[in-house]
Amino acid sequence: MRILAVCGMGIGTSVLLKANAEKAVRELGLDAEVEVADIGTARGAAATAGLVLTSGELAAELGDVDIPVVVVANFMDAEEIRRAIAEGTGR
Amino acid sequence: MADTSLSTLLPADAIVTGIAAEDWRAAIRAAGELLVAGGAATSDYIGQMQAAVDEYGPYIVIAPGLALAHARPSEAVLHTGMSWAGLARPVAFGHPQNDPVELVIGLAAVDHDGHSGALSRLARMLGDPERLRELKKMREPRAIHEAITEYERGE
Repeated sequence: MRILAVCGMGIGTSVLLKANAEKAVRELGLDAEVEVADIGTARGAAATAGLVLTSGELAAELGDVDIPVVVVANFMDAEEIRRAIAEGTGR
Repeated sequence: MADTSLSTLLPADAIVTGIAAEDWRAAIRAAGELLVAGGAATSDYIGQMQAAVDEYGPYIVIAPGLALAHARPSEAVLHTGMSWAGLARPVAFGHPQNDPVELVIGLAAVDHDGHSGALSRLARMLGDPERLRELKKMREPRAIHEAITEYERGE
């Protein structure tokens, strides 16, 4: 499965989110790759992904996509990100 | 992919604490001026970082008390670099959970990849709430830089 870490610009926040999400994926024992996308390319990328992680504002901007979108408030909180991925993947 | 160390991208000269900023724009300007002083960006980049918050909201407040000020790679970015602007008094960015902000990390990047290793290490370092609290309390730029270098050495 591909997990998208989405931020406004794709160079800062989502890179941090990706680093923490990769750690969470390992801890949950999931077979998943985490990729970074900016808000402009995220809708297209979501077509072939299984889960989107992003902030509240950007989730609203992203609108309806066919895959689960889970909001993360604290991008540095390993526990919150683990819960978000577990929720989004049905674990 | 070049993997520059965090302690190189964030030199002691780019670390300042006790900055007086009256609002989020001033806080971002402080982090941006440090990027400009270090030669990572031109002054145009400061406005681009502020515009990113106007456009996408305060989500750059990535954790309680911590903002990662940045804009897209542009002509205003001269080389990839980071800055550390510790604020004298916390300021509100309008983030529902993570306000107020005490520390602004500035990031200028020439591309999407060259800094990802360093930024990931920063994420792991600041992802430990205890360590983040300690670093936010530190006032001396050399001591902060030393702590970052030590962390990297140990990882």
